[in-house]
Amino acid sequence: MSRPYIPSIDMIGPASAGETWAIARLISRAEAGVPEVRSAMGEIYRRAGRAHVIGITGVPGSGKSTMVGKLVRKLRDQGQRVAVVAIDPSSPYSGGSILGDRIRMSDLVMDPHVFIRSMATRGAVGGMAHAALDVVDVLDIGGFDKIIIETVGVGQDEVEIAKSSHTTVVVSAPGLGDEIQAIKAGILEIADIHVVSKCDRSDANRTMTDLKMMLKDGVGQALTRGWVPPVLGTSSLNEEGFDDLVAAFDKHLTALDGPAGEARRAQISAFRLKKATETLMLERLRRDGAFDTYTPRVAARETDPYAAATAIADAFSRI
Amino acid sequence: MSAQIRVLLAKVGLDGHDRGVKVVARTLRDGGMDVVYTGLHRTPEEVVTAAVQEDVDILGVSLLSGVQMTVFPKIFALLKEKNVEDMIVVAGGVMPDEDVVELKKMGVAEVLLQDTPPQQIIDTLTGLVEARGAR
Repeated sequence: MSRPYIPSIDMIGPASAGETWAIARLISRAEAGVPEVRSAMGEIYRRAGRAHVIGITGVPGSGKSTMVGKLVRKLRDQGQRVAVVAIDPSSPYSGGSILGDRIRMSDLVMDPHVFIRSMATRGAVGGMAHAALDVVDVLDIGGFDKIIIETVGVGQDEVEIAKSSHTTVVVSAPGLGDEIQAIKAGILEIADIHVVSKCDRSDANRTMTDLKMMLKDGVGQALTRGWVPPVLGTSSLNEEGFDDLVAAFDKHLTALDGPAGEARRAQISAFRLKKATETLMLERLRRDGAFDTYTPRVAARETDPYAAATAIADAFSRI
Repeated sequence: MSAQIRVLLAKVGLDGHDRGVKVVARTLRDGGMDVVYTGLHRTPEEVVTAAVQEDVDILGVSLLSGVQMTVFPKIFALLKEKNVEDMIVVAGGVMPDEDVVELKKMGVAEVLLQDTPPQQIIDTLTGLVEARGAR
Protein backbone atom coordinates (compact mmCIF):
# COMPACT_ATOMS: atom_id res chain seq x y z
CA MET A 1 0.00 0.00 0.00
CA SER A 2 2.93 2.32 0.08
CA ARG A 3 5.40 3.50 -2.46
CA PRO A 4 8.44 5.75 -2.36
CA TYR A 5 7.94 9.51 -2.46
CA ILE A 6 8.10 10.71 -6.05
CA PRO A 7 9.67 14.18 -6.29
CA SER A 8 7.28 16.75 -7.79
CA ILE A 9 9.74 17.67 -10.52
CA ASP A 10 9.67 14.05 -11.75
CA MET A 11 5.88 14.18 -12.05
CA ILE A 12 5.88 16.97 -14.62
CA GLY A 13 6.64 14.50 -17.42
CA PRO A 14 3.79 12.09 -16.65
CA ALA A 15 1.42 15.00 -15.92
CA SER A 16 2.23 16.53 -19.32
CA ALA A 17 1.48 13.16 -20.88
CA GLY A 18 -1.97 13.36 -19.30
CA GLU A 19 -1.41 10.78 -16.54
CA THR A 20 -4.26 11.37 -14.10
CA TRP A 21 -2.38 10.17 -11.00
CA ALA A 22 0.46 12.64 -11.61
CA ILE A 23 -1.85 15.58 -12.34
CA ALA A 24 -3.90 14.78 -9.25
CA ARG A 25 -0.89 14.42 -6.97
CA LEU A 26 0.76 17.63 -8.17
CA ILE A 27 -2.52 19.42 -7.47
CA SER A 28 -2.57 18.03 -3.91
CA ARG A 29 0.98 19.15 -3.26
CA ALA A 30 0.33 22.61 -4.71
CA GLU A 31 -2.75 22.92 -2.53
CA ALA A 32 -0.87 21.80 0.57
CA GLY A 33 1.88 24.29 -0.27
CA VAL A 34 4.66 21.83 0.53
CA PRO A 35 8.00 23.64 -0.06
CA GLU A 36 9.23 20.75 -2.21
CA VAL A 37 6.61 21.48 -4.88
CA ARG A 38 7.55 25.12 -5.45
CA SER A 39 10.35 24.68 -7.95
CA ALA A 40 8.22 22.21 -9.88
CA MET A 41 5.37 24.73 -9.89
CA GLY A 42 7.77 27.28 -11.31
CA GLU A 43 8.60 24.97 -14.18
CA ILE A 44 4.90 24.19 -14.66
CA TYR A 45 4.05 27.89 -14.75
CA ARG A 46 6.64 28.48 -17.47
CA ARG A 47 5.17 25.68 -19.56
CA ALA A 48 1.51 26.61 -18.99
CA GLY A 49 -0.56 29.34 -20.61
CA ARG A 50 -2.24 27.44 -23.38
CA ALA A 51 -5.65 26.65 -21.90
CA HIS A 52 -8.72 28.87 -21.97
CA VAL A 53 -9.63 29.54 -18.33
CA ILE A 54 -13.32 30.20 -17.72
CA GLY A 55 -14.58 31.40 -14.35
CA ILE A 56 -18.18 30.71 -13.40
CA THR A 57 -19.63 32.54 -10.44
CA GLY A 58 -23.00 33.49 -9.00
CA VAL A 59 -25.11 33.45 -5.88
CA PRO A 60 -25.63 30.15 -3.98
CA GLY A 61 -28.36 28.08 -5.57
CA SER A 62 -28.20 29.86 -8.91
CA GLY A 63 -27.58 26.53 -10.59
CA LYS A 64 -23.84 26.79 -11.25
CA SER A 65 -22.87 23.15 -10.75
CA THR A 66 -25.73 21.73 -12.78
CA MET A 67 -24.98 24.23 -15.51
CA VAL A 68 -21.30 23.32 -15.52
CA GLY A 69 -22.27 19.68 -15.94
CA LYS A 70 -24.32 20.47 -19.06
CA LEU A 71 -21.68 22.84 -20.35
CA VAL A 72 -18.90 20.27 -20.09
CA ARG A 73 -21.02 17.81 -22.04
CA LYS A 74 -21.40 20.43 -24.81
CA LEU A 75 -17.67 21.17 -24.90
CA ARG A 76 -16.94 17.45 -25.06
CA ASP A 77 -19.24 17.16 -28.09
CA GLN A 78 -16.85 19.60 -29.76
CA GLY A 79 -13.95 17.33 -28.90
CA GLN A 80 -12.40 19.62 -26.29
CA ARG A 81 -10.69 18.23 -23.20
CA VAL A 82 -12.24 19.84 -20.16
CA ALA A 83 -11.15 20.22 -16.54
CA VAL A 84 -13.37 21.55 -13.77
CA VAL A 85 -12.15 23.03 -10.51
CA ALA A 86 -15.20 23.06 -8.25
CA ILE A 87 -14.82 25.16 -5.12
CA ASP A 88 -16.92 24.75 -1.99
CA PRO A 89 -16.60 26.56 1.34
CA SER A 90 -14.48 25.39 4.27
CA SER A 91 -16.04 25.44 7.71
CA PRO A 92 -14.89 28.56 9.53
CA TYR A 93 -14.87 26.51 12.75
CA SER A 94 -13.25 23.16 12.00
CA GLY A 95 -11.50 24.03 8.72
CA GLY A 96 -13.16 20.96 7.21
CA SER A 97 -15.51 20.88 4.28
CA ILE A 98 -18.05 18.81 2.41
CA LEU A 99 -17.36 19.01 -1.31
CA GLY A 100 -20.53 18.03 -3.11
CA ASP A 101 -20.35 19.65 -6.54
CA ARG A 102 -19.32 16.35 -8.13
CA ILE A 103 -22.75 14.88 -7.44
CA ARG A 104 -24.27 17.17 -10.07
CA MET A 105 -21.67 16.19 -12.63
CA SER A 106 -21.71 12.45 -12.02
CA ASP A 107 -22.54 11.51 -15.61
CA LEU A 108 -19.18 12.96 -16.70
CA VAL A 109 -16.99 10.87 -14.43
CA MET A 110 -16.28 8.04 -16.81
CA ASP A 111 -15.19 10.30 -19.67
CA PRO A 112 -11.37 10.07 -19.79
CA HIS A 113 -11.14 13.58 -21.24
CA VAL A 114 -12.90 15.18 -18.30
CA PHE A 115 -11.11 15.87 -15.03
CA ILE A 116 -13.04 17.15 -12.03
CA ARG A 117 -11.31 18.38 -8.92
CA SER A 118 -13.05 19.64 -5.78
CA MET A 119 -11.36 22.24 -3.62
CA ALA A 120 -12.22 23.93 -0.35
CA THR A 121 -11.74 27.66 0.21
CA ARG A 122 -9.50 27.18 3.29
CA GLY A 123 -10.24 30.67 4.46
CA ALA A 124 -9.50 32.30 1.11
CA VAL A 125 -11.88 35.11 0.23
CA GLY A 126 -13.43 36.11 -3.05
CA GLY A 127 -15.09 32.80 -3.83
CA MET A 128 -11.76 31.24 -4.75
CA ALA A 129 -9.67 28.57 -3.10
CA HIS A 130 -6.14 28.91 -1.87
CA ALA A 131 -3.83 27.78 -4.69
CA ALA A 132 -6.67 27.48 -7.23
CA LEU A 133 -4.50 29.11 -9.89
CA ASP A 134 -1.58 26.76 -9.26
CA VAL A 135 -4.08 23.99 -9.82
CA VAL A 136 -5.10 25.62 -13.11
CA ASP A 137 -1.45 25.58 -14.25
CA VAL A 138 -1.14 21.86 -13.55
CA LEU A 139 -4.32 21.17 -15.53
CA ASP A 140 -3.00 23.40 -18.29
CA ILE A 141 0.16 21.33 -18.80
CA GLY A 142 -2.05 18.24 -18.44
CA GLY A 143 -3.45 19.16 -21.85
CA PHE A 144 -6.92 20.41 -21.01
CA ASP A 145 -8.25 22.90 -23.57
CA LYS A 146 -10.87 24.47 -21.35
CA ILE A 147 -10.46 24.83 -17.59
CA ILE A 148 -13.61 25.83 -15.78
CA ILE A 149 -13.33 27.29 -12.29
CA GLU A 150 -16.64 27.14 -10.46
CA THR A 151 -16.49 29.47 -7.46
CA VAL A 152 -18.37 29.03 -4.23
CA GLY A 153 -21.75 30.70 -4.22
CA VAL A 154 -20.89 34.35 -3.79
CA GLY A 155 -22.66 37.53 -2.86
CA GLN A 156 -21.89 40.95 -4.16
CA ASP A 157 -18.27 41.65 -3.72
CA GLU A 158 -16.37 38.46 -4.46
CA VAL A 159 -14.74 39.41 -7.70
CA GLU A 160 -11.36 37.67 -7.54
CA ILE A 161 -12.47 35.18 -10.15
CA ALA A 162 -12.41 37.96 -12.75
CA LYS A 163 -8.75 38.58 -12.00
CA SER A 164 -8.01 34.88 -12.42
CA SER A 165 -9.82 33.81 -15.57
CA HIS A 166 -9.80 34.77 -19.23
CA THR A 167 -13.57 34.68 -19.48
CA THR A 168 -15.86 35.33 -16.52
CA VAL A 169 -19.44 34.09 -16.52
CA VAL A 170 -21.84 35.45 -13.91
CA VAL A 171 -24.88 33.27 -13.37
CA SER A 172 -28.09 34.89 -12.18
CA ALA A 173 -31.20 32.98 -11.30
CA PRO A 174 -34.70 34.23 -12.06
CA GLY A 175 -36.73 35.69 -9.26
CA LEU A 176 -34.05 37.91 -7.83
CA GLY A 177 -35.29 40.89 -9.80
CA ASP A 178 -35.48 43.22 -6.87
CA GLU A 179 -31.89 42.49 -6.00
CA ILE A 180 -30.63 43.33 -9.46
CA GLN A 181 -30.66 46.99 -8.61
CA ALA A 182 -28.91 46.44 -5.33
CA ILE A 183 -26.04 44.43 -6.72
CA LYS A 184 -25.35 46.31 -9.87
CA ALA A 185 -22.17 47.81 -8.53
CA GLY A 186 -20.91 44.44 -7.37
CA ILE A 187 -20.46 41.10 -8.96
CA LEU A 188 -22.48 41.88 -12.08
CA GLU A 189 -19.80 44.30 -13.16
CA ILE A 190 -17.20 41.61 -13.68
CA ALA A 191 -19.14 39.52 -16.18
CA ASP A 192 -17.83 38.95 -19.69
CA ILE A 193 -20.92 36.82 -20.22
CA HIS A 194 -24.17 36.97 -18.27
CA VAL A 195 -26.18 33.79 -17.95
CA VAL A 196 -29.68 33.63 -16.59
CA SER A 197 -30.17 30.04 -15.48
CA LYS A 198 -33.42 28.14 -14.98
CA CYS A 199 -34.95 29.75 -18.07
CA ASP A 200 -37.67 27.13 -18.00
CA ARG A 201 -39.20 29.34 -15.31
CA SER A 202 -41.69 31.98 -16.36
CA ASP A 203 -39.99 34.85 -14.56
CA ALA A 204 -36.66 34.32 -16.38
CA ASN A 205 -37.50 36.84 -19.10
CA ARG A 206 -37.91 39.55 -16.52
CA THR A 207 -34.41 38.85 -15.15
CA MET A 208 -32.92 38.90 -18.63
CA THR A 209 -34.60 42.22 -19.37
CA ASP A 210 -33.33 43.67 -16.07
CA LEU A 211 -29.78 42.64 -16.90
CA LYS A 212 -29.96 44.04 -20.41
CA MET A 213 -31.32 47.32 -19.07
CA MET A 214 -28.53 47.45 -16.53
CA LEU A 215 -25.93 46.97 -19.25
CA LYS A 216 -27.57 49.66 -21.36
CA ASP A 217 -27.29 52.04 -18.43
CA GLY A 218 -23.56 51.61 -18.70
CA VAL A 219 -23.08 49.51 -15.60
CA GLY A 220 -20.77 46.57 -16.05
CA GLN A 221 -18.07 47.76 -18.38
CA ALA A 222 -16.37 44.50 -19.05
CA LEU A 223 -12.71 44.00 -18.24
CA THR A 224 -12.20 43.23 -21.89
CA ARG A 225 -12.17 46.55 -23.71
CA GLY A 226 -14.45 46.73 -26.73
CA TRP A 227 -16.48 43.75 -25.58
CA VAL A 228 -20.17 44.04 -24.86
CA PRO A 229 -21.24 41.30 -22.42
CA PRO A 230 -24.07 39.24 -23.88
CA VAL A 231 -27.03 38.18 -21.74
CA LEU A 232 -27.83 34.52 -22.40
CA GLY A 233 -30.51 32.26 -21.03
CA THR A 234 -29.95 28.59 -20.23
CA SER A 235 -32.15 25.83 -18.94
CA SER A 236 -30.30 22.86 -17.48
CA LEU A 237 -33.66 21.11 -17.14
CA ASN A 238 -34.42 21.29 -20.87
CA GLU A 239 -30.75 21.46 -21.92
CA GLU A 240 -31.36 24.71 -23.77
CA GLY A 241 -29.09 27.65 -24.45
CA PHE A 242 -25.77 25.87 -24.17
CA ASP A 243 -24.88 26.12 -27.86
CA ASP A 244 -25.11 29.91 -27.59
CA LEU A 245 -23.06 29.89 -24.41
CA VAL A 246 -20.26 27.84 -25.98
CA ALA A 247 -20.35 30.13 -29.04
CA ALA A 248 -19.98 33.13 -26.71
CA PHE A 249 -16.84 31.55 -25.19
CA ASP A 250 -15.29 31.32 -28.66
CA LYS A 251 -16.26 34.89 -29.49
CA HIS A 252 -14.78 36.18 -26.27
CA LEU A 253 -11.60 34.21 -26.85
CA THR A 254 -11.32 35.85 -30.26
CA ALA A 255 -11.88 39.26 -28.65
CA LEU A 256 -8.94 38.47 -26.36
CA ASP A 257 -6.61 38.00 -29.31
CA GLY A 258 -5.65 41.67 -29.57
CA PRO A 259 -4.48 44.30 -27.07
CA ALA A 260 -7.55 43.67 -24.89
CA GLY A 261 -6.28 40.15 -24.29
CA GLU A 262 -2.79 41.34 -23.47
CA ALA A 263 -4.23 43.70 -20.88
CA ARG A 264 -6.31 40.89 -19.43
CA ARG A 265 -3.36 38.52 -19.20
CA ALA A 266 -1.20 41.24 -17.65
CA GLN A 267 -3.90 41.77 -15.04
CA ILE A 268 -3.97 38.06 -14.23
CA SER A 269 -0.18 37.99 -13.87
CA ALA A 270 -0.21 41.03 -11.61
CA PHE A 271 -2.89 39.45 -9.46
CA ARG A 272 -0.94 36.21 -9.14
CA LEU A 273 2.27 37.96 -8.24
CA LYS A 274 0.44 39.92 -5.56
CA LYS A 275 -1.20 36.78 -4.16
CA ALA A 276 2.07 34.84 -4.15
CA THR A 277 3.82 37.69 -2.37
CA GLU A 278 1.06 37.91 0.24
CA THR A 279 1.20 34.18 0.83
CA LEU A 280 4.96 34.16 1.34
CA MET A 281 4.96 37.24 3.55
CA LEU A 282 2.20 35.91 5.77
CA GLU A 283 3.97 32.56 5.97
CA ARG A 284 7.20 34.21 7.09
CA LEU A 285 5.46 36.51 9.55
CA ARG A 286 3.67 33.54 11.09
CA ARG A 287 6.89 31.56 11.27
CA ASP A 288 8.74 34.45 12.85
CA GLY A 289 6.00 34.77 15.46
CA ALA A 290 5.21 38.40 14.62
CA PHE A 291 1.50 37.89 15.21
CA ASP A 292 2.08 35.94 18.43
CA THR A 293 4.17 38.82 19.75
CA TYR A 294 1.68 41.55 19.05
CA THR A 295 -1.72 39.85 19.43
CA PRO A 296 -1.71 39.80 23.27
CA ARG A 297 -0.60 43.43 23.37
CA VAL A 298 -3.41 44.44 21.03
CA ALA A 299 -5.83 42.39 23.12
CA ALA A 300 -4.66 44.17 26.29
CA ARG A 301 -5.04 47.50 24.46
CA GLU A 302 -1.41 48.37 25.15
CA THR A 303 -1.14 49.06 21.47
CA ASP A 304 -3.63 49.25 18.61
CA PRO A 305 -3.92 47.03 15.52
CA TYR A 306 -2.67 49.72 13.17
CA ALA A 307 0.41 50.57 15.25
CA ALA A 308 1.23 46.88 15.70
CA ALA A 309 0.83 46.29 11.96
CA THR A 310 3.10 49.26 11.26
CA ALA A 311 5.77 47.76 13.53
CA ILE A 312 5.44 44.38 11.81
CA ALA A 313 5.60 45.95 8.36
CA ASP A 314 8.61 48.10 9.30
CA ALA A 315 10.47 45.07 10.63
CA PHE A 316 9.61 43.22 7.45
CA SER A 317 10.87 45.87 5.07
CA ARG A 318 14.25 45.81 6.86
CA ILE A 319 14.71 42.08 6.13
CA MET B 1 -0.57 25.63 5.28
CA SER B 2 -0.22 21.96 6.16
CA ALA B 3 -1.71 19.15 4.16
CA GLN B 4 -5.31 18.66 5.12
CA ILE B 5 -6.71 15.14 5.10
CA ARG B 6 -8.91 14.53 2.06
CA VAL B 7 -11.50 11.78 2.13
CA LEU B 8 -13.87 10.53 -0.55
CA LEU B 9 -17.00 8.85 0.73
CA ALA B 10 -18.93 6.66 -1.65
CA LYS B 11 -21.97 4.45 -1.77
CA VAL B 12 -21.62 1.64 -4.26
CA GLY B 13 -24.34 -0.38 -5.96
CA LEU B 14 -28.03 -0.53 -5.28
CA ASP B 15 -27.80 0.31 -1.61
CA GLY B 16 -30.01 3.38 -1.16
CA HIS B 17 -29.40 4.17 2.49
CA ASP B 18 -27.12 7.18 2.82
CA ARG B 19 -28.16 8.55 6.20
CA GLY B 20 -25.13 6.93 7.83
CA VAL B 21 -22.57 8.06 5.29
CA LYS B 22 -23.88 11.61 5.49
CA VAL B 23 -23.48 11.59 9.26
CA VAL B 24 -19.92 10.32 8.78
CA ALA B 25 -19.27 13.08 6.21
CA ARG B 26 -20.44 15.69 8.66
CA THR B 27 -18.36 14.11 11.45
CA LEU B 28 -15.20 14.22 9.33
CA ARG B 29 -15.87 17.80 8.27
CA ASP B 30 -16.17 18.74 11.92
CA GLY B 31 -12.90 16.89 12.43
CA GLY B 32 -11.26 19.32 10.01
CA MET B 33 -11.10 17.10 6.92
CA ASP B 34 -12.11 17.86 3.32
CA VAL B 35 -14.81 15.37 2.41
CA VAL B 36 -15.85 14.66 -1.17
CA TYR B 37 -19.21 12.92 -1.32
CA THR B 38 -20.20 11.27 -4.58
CA GLY B 39 -23.84 10.39 -3.94
CA LEU B 40 -25.73 7.13 -4.22
CA HIS B 41 -25.60 4.23 -6.71
CA ARG B 42 -22.05 4.55 -7.96
CA THR B 43 -20.08 1.81 -9.67
CA PRO B 44 -16.60 0.83 -8.43
CA GLU B 45 -15.20 2.34 -11.67
CA GLU B 46 -16.86 5.69 -10.99
CA VAL B 47 -15.74 5.73 -7.38
CA VAL B 48 -12.12 4.91 -8.16
CA THR B 49 -11.96 7.41 -11.04
CA ALA B 50 -13.29 10.14 -8.77
CA ALA B 51 -10.94 9.18 -5.94
CA VAL B 52 -7.92 9.26 -8.24
CA GLN B 53 -8.83 12.67 -9.71
CA GLU B 54 -9.49 14.02 -6.25
CA ASP B 55 -6.27 12.36 -5.01
CA VAL B 56 -7.83 11.66 -1.64
CA ASP B 57 -5.83 10.22 1.23
CA ILE B 58 -8.67 7.92 2.11
CA LEU B 59 -11.30 6.23 0.00
CA GLY B 60 -14.19 5.32 2.27
CA VAL B 61 -16.84 2.98 0.93
CA SER B 62 -20.06 2.57 2.84
CA LEU B 63 -22.00 -0.61 2.30
CA LEU B 64 -25.18 -1.88 3.90
CA SER B 65 -26.18 -4.24 1.14
CA GLY B 66 -23.80 -7.14 1.71
CA VAL B 67 -21.85 -6.88 -1.54
CA GLN B 68 -18.51 -6.03 0.06
CA MET B 69 -16.76 -9.21 -1.08
CA THR B 70 -17.53 -8.30 -4.71
CA VAL B 71 -16.90 -4.57 -4.52
CA PHE B 72 -13.56 -4.33 -2.74
CA PRO B 73 -11.57 -6.69 -5.00
CA LYS B 74 -12.75 -4.56 -7.93
CA ILE B 75 -11.68 -1.37 -6.19
CA PHE B 76 -8.19 -2.67 -5.50
CA ALA B 77 -7.80 -3.93 -9.08
CA LEU B 78 -8.86 -0.53 -10.44
CA LEU B 79 -6.51 1.37 -8.15
CA LYS B 80 -3.64 -0.79 -9.34
CA GLU B 81 -4.63 -0.28 -12.95
CA LYS B 82 -4.62 3.49 -12.44
CA ASN B 83 -1.17 3.43 -10.86
CA VAL B 84 -2.47 4.55 -7.48
CA GLU B 85 -1.41 2.05 -4.89
CA ASP B 86 -0.87 4.36 -1.95
CA MET B 87 -4.53 5.22 -1.39
CA ILE B 88 -5.89 4.09 1.96
CA VAL B 89 -9.13 2.15 1.54
CA VAL B 90 -11.57 2.00 4.43
CA ALA B 91 -14.88 0.13 4.63
CA GLY B 92 -17.88 1.21 6.63
CA GLY B 93 -21.32 -0.15 7.36
CA VAL B 94 -22.79 -3.42 8.50
CA MET B 95 -21.02 -6.66 7.61
CA PRO B 96 -20.25 -10.09 9.08
CA ASP B 97 -17.10 -10.59 11.20
CA GLU B 98 -15.66 -13.18 8.79
CA ASP B 99 -15.89 -10.64 5.95
CA VAL B 100 -14.02 -8.10 8.07
CA VAL B 101 -11.14 -10.58 8.39
CA GLU B 102 -11.13 -11.24 4.64
CA LEU B 103 -11.33 -7.55 3.71
CA LYS B 104 -8.32 -6.75 5.87
CA LYS B 105 -6.36 -9.56 4.18
CA MET B 106 -7.33 -8.00 0.86
CA GLY B 107 -5.83 -4.64 1.85
CA VAL B 108 -8.71 -2.74 3.44
CA ALA B 109 -6.94 -0.65 6.08
CA GLU B 110 -9.83 -0.54 8.51
CA VAL B 111 -13.44 -1.64 8.75
CA LEU B 112 -15.62 0.74 10.74
CA LEU B 113 -18.83 -0.99 11.72
CA GLN B 114 -22.17 0.56 12.57
CA ASP B 115 -21.49 1.18 16.26
CA THR B 116 -18.20 3.09 15.86
CA PRO B 117 -18.31 6.36 17.85
CA PRO B 118 -17.70 9.51 15.75
CA GLN B 119 -14.49 10.53 17.51
CA GLN B 120 -13.09 7.05 16.94
CA ILE B 121 -13.73 7.40 13.21
CA ILE B 122 -11.80 10.67 13.13
CA ASP B 123 -8.95 9.24 15.22
CA THR B 124 -8.72 6.08 13.13
CA LEU B 125 -8.53 7.94 9.82
CA THR B 126 -6.06 10.50 11.18
CA GLY B 127 -3.90 7.66 12.50
CA LEU B 128 -3.93 5.87 9.16
CA VAL B 129 -2.80 9.00 7.30
CA GLU B 130 -0.09 9.75 9.85
CA ALA B 131 1.20 6.20 9.64
CA ARG B 132 1.40 6.47 5.86
CA GLY B 133 3.49 9.65 6.02
CA ALA B 134 4.09 12.23 3.28
CA ARG B 135 3.07 11.31 -0.23
